[in-house]
Amino acid sequence: MKKSGACLKGPIGSDNLINQQPEKRKALAEFIGGLPIGDDRERNRGYLIECLHKAQELFGYLPESVQLFVADHLRLHLSEVYGVISFYSYFTTVPTGKYRINVCMGTACFVRGADRILEELKRHLGIDEGETSENGKFSIGGLRCVGACSLAPVVMVNDKVYGNVAPGKVLDIINDCE
Amino acid sequence: MIEMTINDRKVRVPENATVLQATRQIGIKIPTLCHLQLDCFEVEHRMGSCRVCVVEVEGRPNLAPACCTPVIDGMVVRTNTMRAINARRTMLDLLLSDHPKDCLTCEKNGDCNLQQLAGELGLHSILYSGEMSTYPLDLANESIVRDLNKCIMCRRCETACNTVQTVGILSGVRRGFEAVVAPSGERPLADTKCVFCGQCVAACPVGALTTMNHTYEVWRALNDPEKTVVVQTAPAVRIAIGEEFGLEPGTIATGKLVAALRHLGFDQVFDTDFAADLTIMEETTELIERIKNNQNLPILTSCCPGWVKFFEHQFPDLINIPSTAKSPQQMFGAVAKSYYAEKVGVAPENLVVVSVMPCLAKKYEASREEFARDGVRDVDIVISTRGLASMCKEAGIVFEQLEDEEFDSPLGASSGAGVIFGASGGVLEAALRTAADWLSGEDLAEVDFADVRGMKGIREATVEVAGRQLKVAISSGLGNARQLLERIQRGEAEYHAIEIMACPGGCLNGGGQPYINGDTGILEKRRKAIYREDANKPVRKSHLNPDIQKLYAEYLDKPGSPRAHELLHTKYSPRDNF
Repeated sequence: MKKSGACLKGPIGSDNLINQQPEKRKALAEFIGGLPIGDDRERNRGYLIECLHKAQELFGYLPESVQLFVADHLRLHLSEVYGVISFYSYFTTVPTGKYRINVCMGTACFVRGADRILEELKRHLGIDEGETSENGKFSIGGLRCVGACSLAPVVMVNDKVYGNVAPGKVLDIINDCE
Repeated sequence: MIEMTINDRKVRVPENATVLQATRQIGIKIPTLCHLQLDCFEVEHRMGSCRVCVVEVEGRPNLAPACCTPVIDGMVVRTNTMRAINARRTMLDLLLSDHPKDCLTCEKNGDCNLQQLAGELGLHSILYSGEMSTYPLDLANESIVRDLNKCIMCRRCETACNTVQTVGILSGVRRGFEAVVAPSGERPLADTKCVFCGQCVAACPVGALTTMNHTYEVWRALNDPEKTVVVQTAPAVRIAIGEEFGLEPGTIATGKLVAALRHLGFDQVFDTDFAADLTIMEETTELIERIKNNQNLPILTSCCPGWVKFFEHQFPDLINIPSTAKSPQQMFGAVAKSYYAEKVGVAPENLVVVSVMPCLAKKYEASREEFARDGVRDVDIVISTRGLASMCKEAGIVFEQLEDEEFDSPLGASSGAGVIFGASGGVLEAALRTAADWLSGEDLAEVDFADVRGMKGIREATVEVAGRQLKVAISSGLGNARQLLERIQRGEAEYHAIEIMACPGGCLNGGGQPYINGDTGILEKRRKAIYREDANKPVRKSHLNPDIQKLYAEYLDKPGSPRAHELLHTKYSPRDNF
């Protein structure tokens, strides 16, 4: 079934995260200020992904208020920014858990049963792909190829790589977090 | 020029042409779906995403999309091989595999390019079936319905919204099977800076973007014995509605339109052109005052609700320079619910004012809360030109055979100046006609200001009015309006008056008009028809319309009076720009 899209409601940017964290806001403004942004929207668009990477690195995720900040500074429409964020699986608009568990869904991993690993994770943590557990500890996501095909199937927890993962090892990975 | 061969025929074509343009030159129509070319606005949308225009090119192993393959000297193209035609059919089949097959009940039934293509390509069965999209409908606004289940990702709407209009709310979001066109956050249009111009609806080849249909509400009012139902028809409706009944584009169908509305059962058939004359009385009074005091110039027109919402969102710093005069639609509503209601002794809540508009933003405009008094809207229901045509068809009215009839009094008489509101440049020309007379104190014989007419997106002219040189500018299409406004913001341009219409070419190309499917020649014919209708009118200037003079004498006092301000003027509010 096609996802029907998480339709946002309420005033645009009402999450207000950008103003709740003035130091991060300042850091992002300084980063964008260091780029050659001008009147040429086409040219500015070339810096969009770079800015979004920085913003996600600072804030952890990209809620609407952060998207709006980036859009305003690059003189782009909010829709363009959202279009890019929604296209790349790396970007997220919801807070991720302290432990971001990502299952590689690249061809090699998939052939060797990555989908079963993902199912086990969902079952143990009681959340779906793209969701975060209520205590904010775990989130699950899918990745495209991480370049470790010889270790397929691969699971990444933040920056740590687990190779040759079998469904039975999923619980060990979860317990390994703290 | 280069020489190429199409289907064994030698053809000479311009160097920068595409294969599609080359084939059209020799009378071959390769089917297209995602491609959209609007010649007179110099817009071409060539995504090459639907692949229904593939042809064979000698020396190239794969099929080439004709819409975005440039011609080269000596190129040999075959458009009608079995391989090409079968491939087109397969593409169509795949598109239909994730498309609801509810053509019989679809709003676009009969106007859908996909449906038409299935017929032309002789598709007899749909081979592929699989997952189907399941998006909820976006019904949260008065103007536009979005049904993304029908979207074929041609992205023509994006070009209309972002490139032509620069409103910028639509973007391709997500990827693969989940990809769709949506505003940021996949919010409903009502939560965005959408201006409801409907150019995306005009661009959509399928039923993904359609008009919010209010014809049922009209039928219900017409069948309610308690209600007196009056109708107003906008200037651009009369020169386009004939197309819905097979009449030649550019046919002036004013008399038939009036007759059709009477057949449908409206108690009184009035004219928005009358209210356009009224708009000129108020707007010109404002213009002359600002010129005499040399302040708050330029004055911007405010008839177009798409344009009004656009500057409220995107140019809030200019919010004090548009004229405060309401649009003709809303002036009509205000006068109908006061002057007319009192005259005929009907309570405003029992008087239903219906508008027939070439526009989808007019539906939104009528719902703005400042256009209601004591909870009673000035304009109750707005239907589009297409909506009225479908009502006529439902009622079995053979439009093309109707005898011409005349508008009713006292809100039906209009001058030629009211008629030309339907074309870009018309509002300004109408204002200049009245300003020239008022400033000179004479009844001037020269009424044509030909310099302000045309289809070009931005036009400038210096016109002499009663010994004064007035600098004016006209723009249509919001992208062009943006360019003009940015020049004003930077202090690079000085004008006395500017007319702005949201839709390219003005109301004659409104989002509620019969679909032109990229044939901009139709727009030129509609434009000429508007000026023909103007030239045929015995009265050409708004202030000489006898019914307008009577309205002021009996009810409004004089233009710009306190009474006129209360009924005929409005104010604007800055809105969020995202």
